[in-house]
Amino acid sequence: MTRRIFTTEPKALARLYLWLGLVAVITGTVLSLLMRIHRTWPELAMPLHGVIKPEDYLALVTMHGTLMVFFVLTVVPQSAFPNLVLPAQIGAEGMALPRLNAAAFWVTAASLLVLLAAFFVPEGAPIAGWTSYPPLSALAAAGPGQATGMDLWLVAITVFCVAAVLGSASILATILTRRAPGLTFRRLPLTVWSWLVSSGLTVIAFSALFLAATMLLSDRHLGTSFFLPAGLVLNGIPQAAGSGSPMLWLHLFWFFGHPEVYIVVLPGMGLASSVLANFTRRPVPGYTLMVVSTLLIGVLGLCVWGHHIFVSGMNPYAGTAFGLTTMAIAIPSSAEVLTWLAMMFRGRLQINTPLLFVLGFVSFFIAGGLTGPILAQPALDAYLHNTFFVVGHFHLVMSMAGVFSIFAGIYYWYPLLTGRRMNEVLGQIHFWVSLIAAYGTFYPMYLSGLAGEPRHYAQLAGPVESFAKLIPVERGITWSAFLLAAVQLVFLFNVFWSARAKVAESGANPWRATTLEWSGEEHPMISVGPYNYGPAAGPTGDFRPQWETEKPF
Amino acid sequence: MNWLPPDGALRGIALDHLLGWNLSIVFWLFVAAQALLVVALVRRWIRSGGAASGDVGDHARGRYFFFHVLPLLAFVGLYVWMLVTSHSLWAARREMGAPARALQVEVTGVQFQWYFRYPGRDGVYGATKPNLVSAPTGNPLGLDASDPHAGDDVVSSVMMLPAGQPVEITLRTQDVIHGFFVPGMRLKQDAIPGMTGHLEFTPETPGDYVILCSQVCGLGHYRMQARMRVVSEAQFDAWLVARESAR
Repeated sequence: MTRRIFTTEPKALARLYLWLGLVAVITGTVLSLLMRIHRTWPELAMPLHGVIKPEDYLALVTMHGTLMVFFVLTVVPQSAFPNLVLPAQIGAEGMALPRLNAAAFWVTAASLLVLLAAFFVPEGAPIAGWTSYPPLSALAAAGPGQATGMDLWLVAITVFCVAAVLGSASILATILTRRAPGLTFRRLPLTVWSWLVSSGLTVIAFSALFLAATMLLSDRHLGTSFFLPAGLVLNGIPQAAGSGSPMLWLHLFWFFGHPEVYIVVLPGMGLASSVLANFTRRPVPGYTLMVVSTLLIGVLGLCVWGHHIFVSGMNPYAGTAFGLTTMAIAIPSSAEVLTWLAMMFRGRLQINTPLLFVLGFVSFFIAGGLTGPILAQPALDAYLHNTFFVVGHFHLVMSMAGVFSIFAGIYYWYPLLTGRRMNEVLGQIHFWVSLIAAYGTFYPMYLSGLAGEPRHYAQLAGPVESFAKLIPVERGITWSAFLLAAVQLVFLFNVFWSARAKVAESGANPWRATTLEWSGEEHPMISVGPYNYGPAAGPTGDFRPQWETEKPF
Repeated sequence: MNWLPPDGALRGIALDHLLGWNLSIVFWLFVAAQALLVVALVRRWIRSGGAASGDVGDHARGRYFFFHVLPLLAFVGLYVWMLVTSHSLWAARREMGAPARALQVEVTGVQFQWYFRYPGRDGVYGATKPNLVSAPTGNPLGLDASDPHAGDDVVSSVMMLPAGQPVEITLRTQDVIHGFFVPGMRLKQDAIPGMTGHLEFTPETPGDYVILCSQVCGLGHYRMQARMRVVSEAQFDAWLVARESAR
């Protein structure tokens, strides 16, 4: 039993990560539904709780964001999936640094427990949002939840940073040292390239966040003032004089925060390329361009953080510079999107659930990504910053694209876990309803953002008559969110039912794919690239797996 | 575009215009891309069982140029256009200082209230001290009465402004970060503790505009709202004189 739990076996760890992600995503979803209920029916009393107060609403926002960003959108693509397929995909026996890799899971789990504990302490969870800007996050008296709740949040984040760096170190070491003989960098599947870049970003970005969170804890308990200036007056009470600045936190946090969105979507981008090649039966056109784009996104991703703080006291000239780097990162992203779109029109499309979810990923990546260049312009961001336009933008480009790539990965790699495919009919129902409901939930947020509705408002009350016309929009979003959440029950049922269903086992390579995770056995020297699809690709059939030896002629 | 609140600022129209262009380009690109995805699926359903089409063959290089390189160059052009057009607007709004004749108003954010201070006849803000802050006794900004410049300062909870005159805002906060956001003036800037922000704009159209807080600042964030009232110059002068003599 102990061996089963404290395993270093990557697939077992992948299962554990998926369970952890499931707990987090269910909690995070329930929190978001409570937010929607409060926004639509503010007077409604909740069972066991009563009416949701404004501070409760902010606690829901904070915990929803933290759970989803860290424990779902980071953990699944960046921890669960690499453990599930990375060693097999590069022909390795297991992960390099296996104990470190296993420890990363347990540290992640500890972090989740500490975070969830914040709900149960006096005054409850923190209210500063997932970005936790000081002084709101530095001073316990700044609001309910800002004492013990905020401390637990900071400890959880600090611990999570350790886990993220441990896990990524293991991934980096695995890719760099454990590739099968003959598997050169030019023969790596694009998923592996993505994990290489996203793991590099994780090590850099989460180190910055670790630093920031530690410094903030030190401001709170050790009397330092990294983030606290002189002359603060809170509730009419002058605070101890400091010599720091909240700007330091803003820079450190977003130096983490922006690479983080690429950590979330890069694995999905690699998977999209692989799945599209698989189900169009054609190679990825411009493999080199895709690799270069992935690397460029990684490098530029470290140079764009300032676009989150155009109007937060940053020098306006710096705003211009960050606008430029942000526009620049749109170019490799556009290159990848154009490649996916072109791939759709080549070969013979095989329509099934993994492919549909990849199309959903591409669709949301476009829907959310296209507003990126708008927000990258400081002059326009000065109106749109911290409105629902931004909420719509990142929920589409990061959350929905991220979640749909997670679904694509689960439907695609499910046979590796269970030896069976997931039910196709249920899968397609899950896809179409999720797609429509997700657009219904997040696309209208662009409109309320244009109307000037700020984020983090518990209610649209007060002298803001101009928001009255948004009430029907808000109601529509709420119903859509309910539908989006409800249809996930179909997915959950499918996951557990398909594993036991009385259907034929899918065989080692159910998708007739070329990459090594489907080889199912020992394989010889690798001598070909990852995407050998097409009529002329193999001696038998329209593909030639990477594990097949030289052509028999 | 009628989603945006009516614009009341001099340069607001330029921003609305630029935002409108950006939104329509991006919207139609969105529609085109989604249409491509749908067409790819429908094409497959119609021809299910049919022969493979659109193969990578001899003209793969030409296809690659037309379907990848050309569109990518077009996108690069679009991004450059976006950068250049919006930078001129940003430079005009943020990289130039306010004109010397601009009306001075200090905006201070406090959980969960905005205060507006006018320097009075001497044109100089009086000193403030943290330990003098006391909202219940009518001194929410901690004005130091011993400072000769403080005597004629006017503190208001409504932001009165004369139409047509440039305004320079000095932005401060007492406690946490607040976001000074006036949708109707297309104006937003965070008030950062320990820093003084500067914003310059010209209100054009008389009327009432809502002032919001755009940076989560605590449990009362959603109700941290105030009013900006743009009136004629004569009305503004009369209001200021009345407030000064009321002190």
